[in-house]
Amino acid sequence: MIRLEAVSKTFPGAPRPAVDRLDLDVPDGTTCVLIGPSGCGKTTTMRIVNRLIEPSAGRIVVEGQDVTHVDAVELRRRIGYVIQQVGLFPHMTIAQNVATVPQLLGWPAPRIAQRVEEMLALVGLEPAQFLDRYPRHLSGGQRQRVGVARALAADPPVMLMDEPFGAVDPIVRAGLQAELLGILRRLAKTVIFVTHDIDEAIRMGDLVAIMKDGRLVQCASPEALLSAPKDSFVADFVGADRALKRLTLSTAGEAATSAPAGASAPVVSPATSLRDLLSLLLAAGADAAAVVDAGGTPLGSVSLATIRERAAARKA
Amino acid sequence: MNWALENYDRLAVALGEHVVLVGTALAISLVIALPLGIWTARRPALYVAVMTATGVLYTIPALALFALLIPFMGLGKAPAITALVLYSLLILVRNIAIGIREVPAELIEAADGMGYGKGRRLLRIELPMALPVIVAGIRITVVTQIAVATVAAYINAGGLGDIIFQGITQDFGEKIAAGAMLTSLLAIAADESLKGVERRLRAATSERM
Amino acid sequence: MLGDVLAWLGDHPQAFETAASRHIALSATALAAAMMLALPLALVLVRWHRAAGPVIASVNVLRTIPSLALLAAALPLVGTGFLPSVIALTLYGLPAILINTHTALREIDADVVEAGQGQGMTDRQVMRRIRIPLGLPVIFAGIRTAAVQIVSAATLAAFIGGGGLGELITAGMGTLNIAQLVLGGLAVAALAMATELLFAGLEWSVRRSTGAAA
Repeated sequence: MIRLEAVSKTFPGAPRPAVDRLDLDVPDGTTCVLIGPSGCGKTTTMRIVNRLIEPSAGRIVVEGQDVTHVDAVELRRRIGYVIQQVGLFPHMTIAQNVATVPQLLGWPAPRIAQRVEEMLALVGLEPAQFLDRYPRHLSGGQRQRVGVARALAADPPVMLMDEPFGAVDPIVRAGLQAELLGILRRLAKTVIFVTHDIDEAIRMGDLVAIMKDGRLVQCASPEALLSAPKDSFVADFVGADRALKRLTLSTAGEAATSAPAGASAPVVSPATSLRDLLSLLLAAGADAAAVVDAGGTPLGSVSLATIRERAAARKA
Repeated sequence: MNWALENYDRLAVALGEHVVLVGTALAISLVIALPLGIWTARRPALYVAVMTATGVLYTIPALALFALLIPFMGLGKAPAITALVLYSLLILVRNIAIGIREVPAELIEAADGMGYGKGRRLLRIELPMALPVIVAGIRITVVTQIAVATVAAYINAGGLGDIIFQGITQDFGEKIAAGAMLTSLLAIAADESLKGVERRLRAATSERM
Repeated sequence: MLGDVLAWLGDHPQAFETAASRHIALSATALAAAMMLALPLALVLVRWHRAAGPVIASVNVLRTIPSLALLAAALPLVGTGFLPSVIALTLYGLPAILINTHTALREIDADVVEAGQGQGMTDRQVMRRIRIPLGLPVIFAGIRTAAVQIVSAATLAAFIGGGGLGELITAGMGTLNIAQLVLGGLAVAALAMATELLFAGLEWSVRRSTGAAA
């Protein structure tokens, strides 16, 4: 878990605090996305957790321990850290890069070697192929995977990720997001994830914390944020299409009813988001779609009426 | 070229002395320049101060520097090596400091974020990444020192300059030519081999293919 | 020590003045000659790309020859004295000016040159109105480097009878007169630093007057 209690940071010579009496509570095993306009303090907040930036005031609690004043270097070896430009060391092989923190912690060599292979496999890179290569031989997406592997190598309970997919193209980014979601769900890490992309925040976050001018404006689940934005700033930030965005949170499989779809109804897989399904129905001029799984078993149908119900704002 | 062919052993001795002079001076310079470069790399005010001091030393012509050292150190190898060392400081300290400063910021950030302490970061990240620029500085230093060391013969330090000076006083053109050519060849050889090292280091520390 | 040095100076003002003015004369002549040779040559090389490669390569070899060797090499060819020293010093300062000028003129931002050509400038007009003004700072840096190199190397002219402040050093060595020796050293150091500062100041004003316009 990560908890920030009344954390503030004012940089020397700055007119206002970069982070202003922030309270944030991230439970075990959840991913909290920090998002907000440029200069809102989201990256500063994240870097206060591993004390790359020292807070001017407040307390930082990680895994139940007050870490505000412990040795920062030791602390960082217990926290996974991923940045946008990745920062793989060019003069070291992929294996040496991934082994960085275990080596700093003094693990025995055989354990390190095994862990490196495990981590590469975890992020979808064939170890035999990549162990002895150098970062300059890898594509942007591959480098970012190595960055994640490197952050997970020492099995830290907590991870900080600063716009990790900002530097890759949109297609690669979507794939990386899906894979990371899978990995995080399996490993139950507590994660703080910074992004400026609201769609990414909704996709990746169990909790989304919207910041402005160094303050936390609203911190809630994506569903709650989209159906009940606290004020006009949040409403504008999540976008006028937030009803549509909420539809991405449900799938055809979840919403299917047993009502018949009609003879010429389009067919979708159960994993299709309701938003994509809506787009499909509008394009096809149909009122309902049939949901059929990979094996061909019909699971029911989803109609426009169902979608409309789901999209309607619910009182929290 | 008869003289040169008949006396290649003397030329070899002079060449050896020259290499030892330059090599010793280079080693001592590095021992002094490395800590200075590391210390001033991220301290702008100190950097300017050190650059000014070493810059003044660099401006003083070789013979003059020897002359100024003689009252304190006498003649021979000691003042020669001292002068060579004082000369090299400017370029070496500058290149070491710049090399460290130009390590990409995201590497420093990644290293800090993962829990590298300052000392280990210097040793395993900053210095290795700064090597191409440092070697470039060593290359310029060595070529300069090879030239300056020729004048050192005048104060009894030996080396290829001896041959040249003998040629001057004996009005023997061939000695001058032999000494000059060997010095140039030595400088070119050092330059080319260090260029090769520099190129390979740049490839090993580059971020793009 | 300092007392002895000043005493020697007080006793031999003429000798000092002769040496100093000879040193400056050698350096100024050589610098002027180097500029008169290198600047036009650089312009020519910018035009004739194919000649540039080999010429620059041989000039680079010239750079590896130690100043002492250059001066000494003049001996069998042109003897001793003022002129041989000037010739050797000119050759010594030539590479810095030539290479800097050539690089400066060639590597002017292609966009700017294209803009000029697009407006209908001839090659010569591009040279006069774009390359030279924009390249001036780097060209001047080359001249400055050459100036300092020449003033330093002129110290060695004493070895081939060229005179200059180096003679104070060689005479001091010859008669084991430490005061004279140290005076020579100090004078040369001071002159070299003064040259460095003078040209640094000039370079700064050149940069200011052209850099802002770029």
